[in-house]
Amino acid sequence: MKELRLMKGNEAMAEAAIRCGADGYFGYPITPQSEVLEYLMAEQPWKRTGMVVLQAESEVASINMLYGGASTGKKVLTSSSSPGISLMQEGISYLAGAELPCVVINVVRGGPGLGDIQPSQSDYFQATKGGGHGDYHLYVIAPSSVQESSDFVKKAFEVAFKYRIPAMVLSDGAIGQMMEKVELFEQMPRRTDEEVIAECGSWATTGKTPDREHNVITSLDLIPERLEEHNHKLQAKYKEIEENEVIYEEILCDDADYVIVAYGTSARISQKTVQLAREKGYKLGLMRPITLWPFPKAKIAEYGETKKGILVVEMSEGQMVEDVRLNINGKIPVEFYGRSGGMIPTPDEVLTAFEKHFM
Amino acid sequence: MEIIKSENLVYKKTSAMTDKELSYCPGCGHGTAHRITMEVLEEMGAIQDTIGVAPVGCSVLAYEFMNIDMQEAAHGRAPALATAIKRLWPSKYVFTYQGDGDLAAIGTAETIHACNRGENIVIIFINNGIYGMTGGQMAPTTLPNMKSSTSPYGRDEAMMGHPLKITELIANLPGVHFVTRQAVHKPGHVRKAKKAIKKAFEQSYAKKGLCFVEIVSNCNSGWKMTPNDANQWMEDNMFPYYPLGDIKVDGQLVK
Repeated sequence: MKELRLMKGNEAMAEAAIRCGADGYFGYPITPQSEVLEYLMAEQPWKRTGMVVLQAESEVASINMLYGGASTGKKVLTSSSSPGISLMQEGISYLAGAELPCVVINVVRGGPGLGDIQPSQSDYFQATKGGGHGDYHLYVIAPSSVQESSDFVKKAFEVAFKYRIPAMVLSDGAIGQMMEKVELFEQMPRRTDEEVIAECGSWATTGKTPDREHNVITSLDLIPERLEEHNHKLQAKYKEIEENEVIYEEILCDDADYVIVAYGTSARISQKTVQLAREKGYKLGLMRPITLWPFPKAKIAEYGETKKGILVVEMSEGQMVEDVRLNINGKIPVEFYGRSGGMIPTPDEVLTAFEKHFM
Repeated sequence: MEIIKSENLVYKKTSAMTDKELSYCPGCGHGTAHRITMEVLEEMGAIQDTIGVAPVGCSVLAYEFMNIDMQEAAHGRAPALATAIKRLWPSKYVFTYQGDGDLAAIGTAETIHACNRGENIVIIFINNGIYGMTGGQMAPTTLPNMKSSTSPYGRDEAMMGHPLKITELIANLPGVHFVTRQAVHKPGHVRKAKKAIKKAFEQSYAKKGLCFVEIVSNCNSGWKMTPNDANQWMEDNMFPYYPLGDIKVDGQLVK
């Protein structure tokens, strides 16, 4: 049966975590995402499903709790906002190096530094290019609605466990705070300890049984030849993800001469811009990358052959635009319009930018 | 042909230690501390139910020597990892094994908060007053006037702060049930330390709270002494500042 609720994006992600059978959430308050922890503490999922919820002493502790929890094969997640996510980068790098599945939610706010608490998209580089030290990627999926906030937590866990990598849900302060109708997916059972051992016992720290060698979770290897080999293994995995896990959405792109490329909140605003442009007779479409890593490279490259120009719209000073330009490879003009510091562009502003560059 | 008869067997390396050659300097206390920890787990029949967390420092490779499921933490974060492991697997024995730099400098917050939450884990804390692995730098527990590569003229307390008695500090937290300070440089001390480690595993497993075993150890390489001189120096200098014995028993501070 459909279960419809009016929820904040942050609450929808918290409820989704419970419903997808997560075993543990570890987090620390920071605006604009504190509702995730608040919702979980009020909901008491340990009574509903046995899920552990713990307020840590810092984001550094949260991510390391994730590192400990994920090593045992359990389904664990955390959430934070930009400055807190910066603090977590060391731990995320360890999780990636040790090939552990987990979900990290970033409800992005304005930066750099302490910045402000308004919505922003200025963590794109950090999310998609690594963020911490070493050669690694996260699976990064960006919701543009409360519905997707719920659905993508589930999706992120699926991909994280399929490839044994950390996954990030890259939301922003607007989607996290706004209330919308959301259709919740049905409660999935939390795995029993026996099921965790059956699924992850070949690698996870579930207790050494006499019939196997001890399992060790580490990101350390002091032998350079072996560490390079490990890096090659990670890269092969990333290649597979790039081949299989790209998601994007096209709106009115088929007949379009021009395309706006935008994700998350910027995509929702730009959808209105497309409508306004069409009313004025401009053949404008919207392409929304849903996975930011893997990035829809092939689709963007195709526009280099089929379109006349691209406008990238971001709530940043221009981050994703670099990936668009890389894949267009100079074939058509790629222009940028962005607001930052917690400012949100209006559809009219975007339309004006489009007209300035292309009309 | 059975040359060694079982009735003649007086000692055997625990199967809870791997056959990997220890990476520690000859004379170092880590090897003994590893062995007695693993012996305790074997004697308790707890190998299958134990998850350990290794630190960053000399014992960063502890997981290569301890034949149990283990994870290697980032520097100082072992108590955070252990917190999650124990909460997600309450049926397991969970412990961290950490040095003084790891536990009492970079990991101070994780140490204090895991203790304060009363996590049902064991923390084994090896205090040798120096950063061994990185080559003998000053640690939070380096004694006043003690020389190290980053206090080459001795630890000047006015400039560099005082040696941190983290064990006494955490003993005052209500979440902590058992706190003791031991040594492993002489057979009598080894026996006592092993007993303390066993008690720590039993009591944390019984959900009484966090159990904390400090082992004051030597670092003959870092201190630039022979193993025997290092042990003597430890007795003469470390023990007066870090006195051996129980600090908190059954949740009560020892008077």
